Amino acid sequence: MAENILEVKDLVKHYPLTQGILFKKQVGAVKAVDGISFELKKGETLGIVGESGCGKSTLAKVLMNLERATSGQVLFKGEDISQLSGAALKAVRRNIQMVFQDPYTSLNPRMTVGDIIGEPFEIHPEVAPKGDRRKAVQDLLDVVGLNPEYINRYPHQFSGGQRQRIGIARGLALKPEIIICDEPVSALDVSVQAQVINLLEQLQGDFGLSYMFIAHDLSIVRHISDRVGVMYLGKMVEIGSDEEIYENATHPYTQALLSAVPVPDPTARESRDRIVLAGDIPSPANPPSGCRFRTRCWKAEDRCAEEIPLLAVPSVLEGPAAHESACHFPEVREQAAA
Amino acid sequence: MPDIHDEDSYEPHPKPGVSRLDYAGEQGMAVEQETLVERDVVKREEARSLWGDAWRDLRRRPIFLISAVLILLLVVMAIFPWAFTDADPRKADLVNDYLKRPDWGDVFGVGWFGYDAQGRSIYARVVYGARASITVGIFVTAAVTVIGGLTGMVAGYFGGAVDAVISRITDIFFGIPLLLGALVLLNAFSTRTVWSVVIALGVLGWTQIARVMRGAVLTVKQADYVVAGRALGAGTGRLMFRHILPNAIAPVIVVATIALGGYIATEATLSFLGIAGRRGARRPRSEASLSEGSAS
Repeated sequence: MAENILEVKDLVKHYPLTQGILFKKQVGAVKAVDGISFELKKGETLGIVGESGCGKSTLAKVLMNLERATSGQVLFKGEDISQLSGAALKAVRRNIQMVFQDPYTSLNPRMTVGDIIGEPFEIHPEVAPKGDRRKAVQDLLDVVGLNPEYINRYPHQFSGGQRQRIGIARGLALKPEIIICDEPVSALDVSVQAQVINLLEQLQGDFGLSYMFIAHDLSIVRHISDRVGVMYLGKMVEIGSDEEIYENATHPYTQALLSAVPVPDPTARESRDRIVLAGDIPSPANPPSGCRFRTRCWKAEDRCAEEIPLLAVPSVLEGPAAHESACHFPEVREQAAA
Repeated sequence: MPDIHDEDSYEPHPKPGVSRLDYAGEQGMAVEQETLVERDVVKREEARSLWGDAWRDLRRRPIFLISAVLILLLVVMAIFPWAFTDADPRKADLVNDYLKRPDWGDVFGVGWFGYDAQGRSIYARVVYGARASITVGIFVTAAVTVIGGLTGMVAGYFGGAVDAVISRITDIFFGIPLLLGALVLLNAFSTRTVWSVVIALGVLGWTQIARVMRGAVLTVKQADYVVAGRALGAGTGRLMFRHILPNAIAPVIVVATIALGGYIATEATLSFLGIAGRRGARRPRSEASLSEGSAS
C-alpha cells in the first residue's frame, strides 16, 4: 500500500455564534466540521460526497488553510500544517493546490490567461525562473488541452469547460502533490463534465497527483475515486473503497443517498426500492445527540440518541461489507447498488 | 454516466444541429477547439486587451466623440488660454461700458461677450477662468479618489475593528457640510490659491468615495478568484491591488466622475462668495467672480 501523503486527525471547524454588539458573547457554534479523520494515499483519489451543507466545502477550506481549524491535525507527510502561517504556510501551499467549483467566478476577469496561470510563478519565484515563465505558462495550457496561443486572452473569451481547464492549469503550475477539487465539474454542462473528469484522470497519471474530490454527484465520484467518504452534518459516516461503498453500503444514510441516484433504465426504475428520507438536514448549530442521522433514520432506536456511533469497521460484518461505518446497526441492504 | 445533471450549469450549445450526446465524450474537446479556431480566422489574433476592446467600441459612438472633443477643447483652453484671446483678463478700461450690448459680431474678439463693471473683457475672463475650474475639478477628484479609495479599501479588506474605526472617522467627516467646511478651512489659510481650494475640498470630500469603495471591496473580496489567490499564497498587497482593486474600482470611477462637476460648482460658489483665491489673488476681492461671467 502506498504511503499516506495526507492524514487528517479529528479535524474540527466550529464557527462561533455570538450575541451582543460591544461585548460579544459566544452563545453557540455552527459545527461545520466536527471531528473528521481520514487519510489520503499517494496517487489515489478520495471522493467526498454528501448533501449540501454537510461540511464538504468547509473541509476543503480547512485543508487548504483558508480557514483555520478549531482543533485537530492535518498532517502532510507527517508534518502538521493546520497551524502554520507566514513563510512556512506559503511553502506548504506549493504542495497542496485547489480547483474551484465555479469557473465563472474563480478566474479574475481583469487578468489575461497568461497572468492568471503565471501568477503562481510570481508568488513562488523559485518554481520557474523569470525568463522561462511565458514558456512554462504555454506548456501548462498545452497540458490542459488549450491552445498555447490563447495566452493573451481574457477569461470571458472562453467557455465554461475551457475556463475550468485554465483553473486546473493554475492549480498545476506549482507542481503540487495534492489537488483538492471542490466540486470541479458541477457548474459545467454534462458533456464538458466528462472532458474535465478525463483530463483530471489523465493528469493524475502523468504527474502522480493525489486528489481529494469533493462532489455531490455520486456517479462522477464513483467514476474517478479509488475510495469514497460519505459525510453527513459535519461527520464522516462511512468510508471505504468505491466497491465497498457503492455495492455494500452499510450506513443507512449512504443507502438512502445511493437509492436516490437516477437510473437510466425505466423498467429497473419501476422495480427498485427508493428510500425517501423524512425531514430536512438538522441545523449544524444544534445537531441531534448521539448519532446525527437518527432524526431521519428508519432504524433509529433509543441507543442511537444516547451513544455516538464511532467510525470503525463493524465486527458483525464480513467481506466487502466490513469497512468503516459509523452506525450502531450496520448491514448491507439488498439492491443498494447505483 | 447516467445522472450527471446540474441545474446551475450553463453552457451555450456549441453548434446548432449537433445534439448534446454527439458532442459529449472524447470528440467534444475537438469540437470545442474547432469553434474557437474558426473564430480566429475571422478576427486574426491581435492581442485584445480590455482597453483595446473599449476603444474599439467607443470610437464609433458619436456621443463619445463629441464629448471627447469638447473636453479636449476645455483642457487646451486651460493650458494655453492666450491662444484663444488676445485680451488681458485683468485689463480694466472704464471706456468699455458694461451696460453696452455685447458685440456678438466680434467673434473671439475682446468685446465678444461684452465687458464687466470695471471694463474688463468677459470673454477673456471666461477663457482664463477655465484653468482654475479644471485644475480644481481634476485635482480634487484625484485627491478624493486616492484618499477615499485607500481608506475604503483598507476598511473593507481588513474588516472588524479596523473597519469600525475607519468607518466612524468617515462618518465624522461625512457630517461636515462640504461648502461650509470649505469656507471655514479656507478662512484659516493666510494665502489662498487654487491649491488651497484643492486641499480644502480634498480633505472634506473623500468620504463618499471611501464608502463606495468599502462596499465594493466587501463584495469583491468574497469572490473565488480572491480565495484562489490566497490559496496560491498571495500576500495582502497582491490580493488588494491585483485582484480586488481592478474589480472594485468601477463604482468609484462612476461616483468620482459625477463628483467632478460638483467640485467645479463648489469652487465657483466659493469664488462667488469671494473666498476662493484666483490666480494668486491674496485676499477676497470685493466683487464677485460669478457675476462677472467667469467660467466657474
